[in-house]
Amino acid sequence: MSKKALEVNHVSIKFNLSKEKVDSIKEYAIKFLKRQLKYNEFWALRDVSFTLNKGDRLGILGLNGAGKSTLLKVVAGVYKPTLGEVKRHGRIAPLIELGAGFDQQYTGKENIFLYGSVLGFSRSFLEEKYDEIVEFSELGEFIDVPMKNYSSGMRSRLGFAIATVVCPDILILDEVLSVGDAKFRKKSEAKIMSMFDKGVTVLFVSHSVDQVERLCNKAILLEKGRIIASGDVFDVTRVYREKTGETKGAKAGGRYRRDLDEKAVKESPFIILPEQQG
Amino acid sequence: MRQMIDNFMHYRYFLKENVIKGIKLKYRNSYLGIVWTLIEPLLTTLVLTFIFGTLFGNNDKLFPVYILSGRLLYSFYSSSTNACVRSIRNNSGMIKKVYVPKYLYPLSSILSNYIIFLISLIVLVAAIAVMGVAPSFYIAFSFIPLLLLLLLAFGSGMILATIGVFFRDLEYLWGVFLMLIMYTCAIFYDVSRFDASGRAWILNINPLYCIIKNFRNCVLYARPLELSTCLYAFGFSVVLTTVGLIMFNRNQDKFILHV
Repeated sequence: MSKKALEVNHVSIKFNLSKEKVDSIKEYAIKFLKRQLKYNEFWALRDVSFTLNKGDRLGILGLNGAGKSTLLKVVAGVYKPTLGEVKRHGRIAPLIELGAGFDQQYTGKENIFLYGSVLGFSRSFLEEKYDEIVEFSELGEFIDVPMKNYSSGMRSRLGFAIATVVCPDILILDEVLSVGDAKFRKKSEAKIMSMFDKGVTVLFVSHSVDQVERLCNKAILLEKGRIIASGDVFDVTRVYREKTGETKGAKAGGRYRRDLDEKAVKESPFIILPEQQG
Repeated sequence: MRQMIDNFMHYRYFLKENVIKGIKLKYRNSYLGIVWTLIEPLLTTLVLTFIFGTLFGNNDKLFPVYILSGRLLYSFYSSSTNACVRSIRNNSGMIKKVYVPKYLYPLSSILSNYIIFLISLIVLVAAIAVMGVAPSFYIAFSFIPLLLLLLLAFGSGMILATIGVFFRDLEYLWGVFLMLIMYTCAIFYDVSRFDASGRAWILNINPLYCIIKNFRNCVLYARPLELSTCLYAFGFSVVLTTVGLIMFNRNQDKFILHV
């Protein structure tokens, strides 16, 4: 039971946010000569460490811009940590960007093999699972239509069906899965739940504290790239509730927060636009 | 090293699918599709033969085959390296979202172009048969220049892919440089024209010319490979590939911040 599934050791990530994007040699030379090559160093994550055993379900909490999505991308291997290391044991299914490997000119069928290969599945294996994927995605005859003609719901339905065709060892979930219509959402949630039963290790990002409490057994709270609380899920959500001023109970809490946000925007000298998740 | 091989094995299906994608999408939505790989070199050879053969008064019967063999090799080199310059940027959507070893993008550009190139060699075989080139057993050695060509393109491609991420200008700069390479490849003129100036040796600096020359020796002239130029092209390609791999490896983690 206590087999390690994921180790994140002292991970830090630094971004060089150059104020202007330097894209050509001429620009670079001019900027270099004028000594205008300024970089704003920005640490998106600082010294983040945690270890998950097999079957652990970790909720990741934090306000916008705390580094939650960056952390997921580090675990998925998209970003390489500036410092520290990530050790993964087993296959990861990142349900963060459904269908990131799709090609718009390809048909749905061709994309099953393309995106499947990104996840490390062979063609013969995918041919075996082909009917299952098509059936789950509910695409029917649209499967032979080029992807550029798909709706966004169809795309993510197909992405979800391919990514979850095999139960992974580590599952990465960003926000609530809002795939397709209510009916499909129910189906996809059921599928994820069945994976939970099989003892999959989960990383789950959400703003909904109730959801995190319901699904996870561990949690971490990020603020400005640092872990400020970690451990048992209820201990961490209590800290998070105190921080956000959210009371228990979803509806009242939600409303209270909205009021708070409005007040915050009015009082803040800067207008902070909410960052898009993902 | 072991880890690298494991990683490659995990993503070998992706390499395969990406190579197939490159081939499939190249001619999608054109009426003739993959047949263009055969028609296009044939048509350009006709044009070049008309200009540099008929108009310049070169009536060598084998001149069209001479042009075709040079043009096929050059156009593989130019199209594959051009694809490499843009390979990382074109896949930025994926690079930002899922992990795939990044060298697979330029590598699959090279490989899909190489397969298209190998298919287009059918035209050359047909031309050789039609024009009555006497077949010799030296043709069996033609795989050596073809492998050298692949290595040369891969080495150049890795360097170009790395620089292409940071400087967009490279797309245009490389286009100009390719022109220089093309004119020093003796695609549509005979090298004997340089006899008067005595500077024909300059062409031997161009590794692509060395490869084309040896390829022609095998398929057209029934001559053995020229060891010195083969070794030169091989050495050149190995150096490019080594430099390319090191450059790529050192910079690949920065790609995501620039695409």
